[in-house]
Amino acid sequence: MKRAPRLLLGLGLAVGLATRPAVGADLRDLYFGEALYEAYQGKYFDALQCLDTELAQYRDLDEPRLDTLHYHINDAEFSVGDFELSYRMHLRAGRAIKAVLEGAVDDAVRNEAAFRLARILFQKDQLDDAQNALARIQGAVPREIHDDIEFLRANIDMATGRPGEAVKVLKQPRSGESLTGFVAYNLGIALFQDNQPKEAIDQLDKAGRLEAGDDAALAVRDKSNLVLGTLLFETGDFDRAKQSLDRVRLEGPFSNQALLRAGWAEATAKQYDRALVPWNILADREPTDSAVQEAMLALPNAYANLNLHGRAAILYGRALELYSKQIDKVDASIGSIRDGRFLEDLIREESRQDETWVIRLRSLPDAPETYYLMELMASHDFQTALHNYLDLEDLKARLVAWKTSLDAFADIIRLRGQNYEPLLPEVDAKFRTLDSRMRLRLEQRKHLAERLQAMLTAPRPEYLATSEERMAGERLALIEKQIGDSKTANAIALRQRAARLRGAITWRTRTEYDERLTAAYAHLKELQAHVDALTRQYDAYVRTRQAATHSYVGYDAQIERLGRRVGDALQRVDIVMAQQGRMIETVAIDQLQGRRDRLLAQQVEARFAVADSYDRAARAEPAKEKH
Amino acid sequence: MARSSQITNSFAIEPRAGVRYLTLVLAFLLCLGSTHGWAEQGKPQQEKQTKQQQTQQSKQQPPQKNDQKQMRGLDEQIQEIKSDVLSISAELSLLEEKLLFPSGTEVAIFVLLAKGDTMRLDAVRLQIDGKPVASYIYSFKELEALRKGGVQRIYVGNVATGDHQLEVVVEGKQKSGAEFSRTEHFAFSKDVKPKLVGLTLAGPDSGSPPIALGEW
Repeated sequence: MKRAPRLLLGLGLAVGLATRPAVGADLRDLYFGEALYEAYQGKYFDALQCLDTELAQYRDLDEPRLDTLHYHINDAEFSVGDFELSYRMHLRAGRAIKAVLEGAVDDAVRNEAAFRLARILFQKDQLDDAQNALARIQGAVPREIHDDIEFLRANIDMATGRPGEAVKVLKQPRSGESLTGFVAYNLGIALFQDNQPKEAIDQLDKAGRLEAGDDAALAVRDKSNLVLGTLLFETGDFDRAKQSLDRVRLEGPFSNQALLRAGWAEATAKQYDRALVPWNILADREPTDSAVQEAMLALPNAYANLNLHGRAAILYGRALELYSKQIDKVDASIGSIRDGRFLEDLIREESRQDETWVIRLRSLPDAPETYYLMELMASHDFQTALHNYLDLEDLKARLVAWKTSLDAFADIIRLRGQNYEPLLPEVDAKFRTLDSRMRLRLEQRKHLAERLQAMLTAPRPEYLATSEERMAGERLALIEKQIGDSKTANAIALRQRAARLRGAITWRTRTEYDERLTAAYAHLKELQAHVDALTRQYDAYVRTRQAATHSYVGYDAQIERLGRRVGDALQRVDIVMAQQGRMIETVAIDQLQGRRDRLLAQQVEARFAVADSYDRAARAEPAKEKH
Repeated sequence: MARSSQITNSFAIEPRAGVRYLTLVLAFLLCLGSTHGWAEQGKPQQEKQTKQQQTQQSKQQPPQKNDQKQMRGLDEQIQEIKSDVLSISAELSLLEEKLLFPSGTEVAIFVLLAKGDTMRLDAVRLQIDGKPVASYIYSFKELEALRKGGVQRIYVGNVATGDHQLEVVVEGKQKSGAEFSRTEHFAFSKDVKPKLVGLTLAGPDSGSPPIALGEW
């Protein structure tokens, strides 16, 4: 199967693939919001780092449903793919989207994933895989991507040499208007590829007359008119070709080509005087443009055909001058690139301020090397190469900063070690003493609580005797022991007295038992509050003690490993950056060399033509004089 | 017909919603436009020129393809490096968090804008327990990112467990251009888990509280 060359498809697709992450419902996970914040500013590395970490933590959870990211998990999985794509990591993006496809998700989510995967594969020129991915779309399709899916399907059909299929798809009615101009144009091209030139011309004519509201739609309309003009010209219909080319806006990106071709359409129809109008406009435009350079030769040629050889000779002279200047400029550009200036300009901060930096490069002062590289810069592979070079520069800066950070971390750990090491043994010894005392008291409290509990069912008033009562009881026991079994009157009187006193104590402890038990419970409760405070303090101490150890122990191996990884990555970045830089320079120089060769050929042509025109002018003068 | 098929093979223009892509689209279209060959029919000189161009193009074809192949090869290497560096970055940020902001003391404060709010946020200043901890002036890009629903982590630091006071000062401009400034005080409590505090900001004409504190 013949496949259409698609060298230039890339940028259009890259533009199309730069998708927008979305927060479906209200934000529930702050870190997901943070990833979006970075992504919305075009900081995809930071966005990816944030979201990767968040997703990894989510996947490690035992109950991910309880995590706040759970509310956004589908968005998050898609966003990873989007960010990777925007960060030009197509391989990982493909894998991320495949993971969504293979997960247990509903039809709408799976179909959107299949569509995104198909777009990546299409961009990477894996057309069969792209088609297979589209074939996985079944069931409910989100309404907002329905047209995009069909448009992609048609593009794949065209790229795989099946324009007939593309025509069928592109002819289907569409719900949205955003694709109208693109569909109309692509349908015209598909019809032409399908060997239906008449229908193709009619379709491109329609596309060239569509209402256009924004600059992109206007540009597509101009493009349709330009291609239509080309086709009509080739079929020999110069009048219609001219009309079509006249519809291209004079200020649009296609105006130079349209003016050039409009001139050729007139000149081919032998209307040289009418060809002068567009070519004269063109001759005053930006001299680095290839259409302008071509017009510089075409214009005197038209004057020569009108037998105005003197005017032709002057204009050929002007063309010669322009070519010389432009060759010098191209030489300067090549020299500048060889001196490494182009790469220096690329990494200038001001050239990276916004997404149009590639375009803005051209207007940078002292950057002659970019004058002739617009076409190259608009090609997808070169753009990717430039962006990659900038990404490498950014990675290098990060790695260098991390190297410093790791050194600082090692320092922090060393200082923390120096601070804590001498303190901790003494602190630990004090803690051990306090800990054993605390445990003893806690044990006592527990014992008391158990005893009080037991006294609820088996009253033991003696347990609640005051210390005075206990001491009095002990003294009475001593007295009774001293009296012994003596039967003397004095001993008997003393024994009775002791018994009365013991009775008084017993009376008091028994009658006050309930009151005392209640008071004991109240005291135990108060004690519990103190024990709780003590336990909190104890736990806080244990955490702080652990944190002290964790703040400097166990990092050495990790820091060393990270340091090695950073070093290795830095080396790889340096090597690949040099290769990438050389590649960019070589491609740019090749491009400039091509333009130089073309300018040289035009210069030779102009040189011959100027001599020829002077001869003809000189011959025409005597003839005039004779008349 | 070789030339015309070259023209018509450059078909695929993929549209993209959003103005920010416009310039790149235009560049792409410009590129497509300039690649078309064109020659005046019936003019030998021009035909010769076209043939020269075609010969040059066919001569250039193999190196171009080689360049493309090399570019793609390098692109894959760069993707691998990016992947590696991302993984280093993830490990490093976990290490950093563990070392500098242990969960027992970590507090992170985030700023988000109320949905659909149109105020122009200029600056936010934060104080915890009377000490200034963060002061941020917003760029246009950052403000746009907040308006789209992004969340900024404005501060991450350490506080002891227990109760704390947070003072938030917000400065900005209303839709009318009038300047405004709001100060609010909040209390938050830090326990052993990392503390995440979200500040939702809204302009005076939104009807929502100018600064609302949410805990995550």
